[in-house]
Amino acid sequence: MPIFTVLICGGAACISSGEEVVKNKLISLIKDKNLEGDVKIIETGCMGPCQYGPVMIVYPDGSYYIHLTEDKIEKIVNEHFIKGRPVKEFLWETPEARKKVEEKKIIPFFEKQLKIVLSNCGNIDPENIDEYIGKGGYEALGKVLTEMTPEEVIDIVTRSGLRGRGGAGFPTGLKWKFARDAKGDEKYIICNGDEGDPGAFMDRSICEGDPHAVLEGMAIAGYAIGANKGYIYIRAEYPLAVKRLQIALKQAKKYGLIGKNIFETGFNFDIEIRMGAGAFVCGEETALIASIEGKRGQPRPKPPFPAQKGLWGKPTVINNVETLANIRHIILKGPEWFASYGTEKSKGTKVFALSGKVKNTGLVEVPIGITLRELIFDIGGGIQNDKKFKAVQIGGPSGGCIPEEHLDTPIDYESLTSLGAIMGSGGLIVLDEDNCMVSMAKFFLEFTVDESCGQCIPCRVGLKQMYNILDKITKGYGTIEDLERLEELAKTVKTTSLCGLGQTAPNPVLSTLRYFKDEYLEHIIDKKCRANVCKFEFKEERVKEKI
Amino acid sequence: MKLEDLRKIREKVQKEIELREGKARVKIVVGMGTSGIAAGAREVLKTFLDEIEKRNLKDVIVTQTGEKGFASKEPIVVIEEEGKPNIVYGNVTPDIARRIVVEHIVNGNPVSDYVIEVGGK
Repeated sequence: MPIFTVLICGGAACISSGEEVVKNKLISLIKDKNLEGDVKIIETGCMGPCQYGPVMIVYPDGSYYIHLTEDKIEKIVNEHFIKGRPVKEFLWETPEARKKVEEKKIIPFFEKQLKIVLSNCGNIDPENIDEYIGKGGYEALGKVLTEMTPEEVIDIVTRSGLRGRGGAGFPTGLKWKFARDAKGDEKYIICNGDEGDPGAFMDRSICEGDPHAVLEGMAIAGYAIGANKGYIYIRAEYPLAVKRLQIALKQAKKYGLIGKNIFETGFNFDIEIRMGAGAFVCGEETALIASIEGKRGQPRPKPPFPAQKGLWGKPTVINNVETLANIRHIILKGPEWFASYGTEKSKGTKVFALSGKVKNTGLVEVPIGITLRELIFDIGGGIQNDKKFKAVQIGGPSGGCIPEEHLDTPIDYESLTSLGAIMGSGGLIVLDEDNCMVSMAKFFLEFTVDESCGQCIPCRVGLKQMYNILDKITKGYGTIEDLERLEELAKTVKTTSLCGLGQTAPNPVLSTLRYFKDEYLEHIIDKKCRANVCKFEFKEERVKEKI
Repeated sequence: MKLEDLRKIREKVQKEIELREGKARVKIVVGMGTSGIAAGAREVLKTFLDEIEKRNLKDVIVTQTGEKGFASKEPIVVIEEEGKPNIVYGNVTPDIARRIVVEHIVNGNPVSDYVIEVGGK
């Protein structure tokens, strides 16, 4: 029996900040000093505080080490593992009080969080199915298969109030009901893991840190709607998530938890992993279906909705990774428990990826209804280098910017939409006084211009024209007429595009025009960028004209 | 796999996870400061681990702490048990460690000759 268990974060962010070197050093030191029986090392999924990576927790005392290096590891082995003294100066500390904290629970970053979906992330070994089972894994699947009818499962999910975490927020139970009621001998479950928004990494982290929760959610959904086959569509740019899902699937099949005659109830459910090539539009459900079918990933008009006519023309439910990862908790703890968190219309929690100019970047899970201020200033720790907060960009290229005066708005689907942003998949980019809002809008537009599938004219041509105008403004050539045309174009693209990509792509422009019009005007009239981001070229151009 | 098989795996692993997170009925804390180590605390710790493993005690955890500040009584061992005052042992040797496991932890009778404090941390 080991004295210490080390949980070292093997999330992608910690890996990119050097986790592997640290882990290897730890393993070799443990071996050199004959501590192999005393110290057990478990590599987990994302623990959340990505800013401080590589991080590790040492149990049983729960010491939380951050910013690990090879030198630090050497000292930790000598002091903590051999002599039993945690190395205080390497432990997490709060910047405000400069107070050393030894226990995870008193770190402000965790205080306001409520981890349901992420409860296993960073706490178990994602490559070991037994650890998932030890945390109650596959118990919910067992419960629905042995005790419940599909209708009862749908009823529970409906009563929980769970809404799709991919962004649009459609009630999950209702979607399942449509698919259950749809006629068809074959039906499908698709897990949408095509997370393409700049600044979003929630789904990736769930797949990396708790892959079995996704598989279990899919199997339950399959039982509920009458499907025997599921697909996980995940982008190839997420190699670690793909690898962990593959391992999880193999282990679940070996145990008979995915496959034929699950729990000897006669229910068959098989899952296949499909890798997407990373086109943003493939996150749109009809484009995603086309991609799985081997066609070009282009959306088609709706209706018919996938619940009626989806993959290969059969009724199909597409749920986002986070939505599916919620299912087992709802089944085990009940719809009332789930509905006790959140707001009247938006229940449960939401995972956000905090990034940008905030002190504590990383992955956080909070009850829906928490205010933006709490999220950015309490959990996020405020703005880096004590700069001034300017806006928060929510929902990636489909989302919008929210300025300071709305920071006390509770975060839920409706209130974000009314502010011109969306919940989206949960990417949250914090901007400070050094960010130019016009350039920011241009950045997102450049992304959507690149990612437009080109099928419909508003999106293909309209976005490009909008981009050209923004480019003109950021270079100092913009006119007041351009600004009017930009707004008109944005509204046209929004209302006339075929799919969600085009319909939401103007949001960054519209929301910045709504809250930061003065910055656009400064660029046009005063030829000035208050954040000093835009470099105006007009002086050089005039010289050229003279020649 | 049947549902019972799943539950068997769960019970086994759940216990392991609880132990690693420090959730246990009994916690044996060995003082491992410099003077503790010099007085043989490491051997004592090994003995505890050994005995617990041998007796298959699933709800007992062994952990370390730094200097206890009572150098002349090292190695010092604290037994923390839910709902009971902590018992502090001094001058613990591997033999005494074995007795603590059998008499105190298994049978509930502290080895009174070596108790130096009750209720201390």
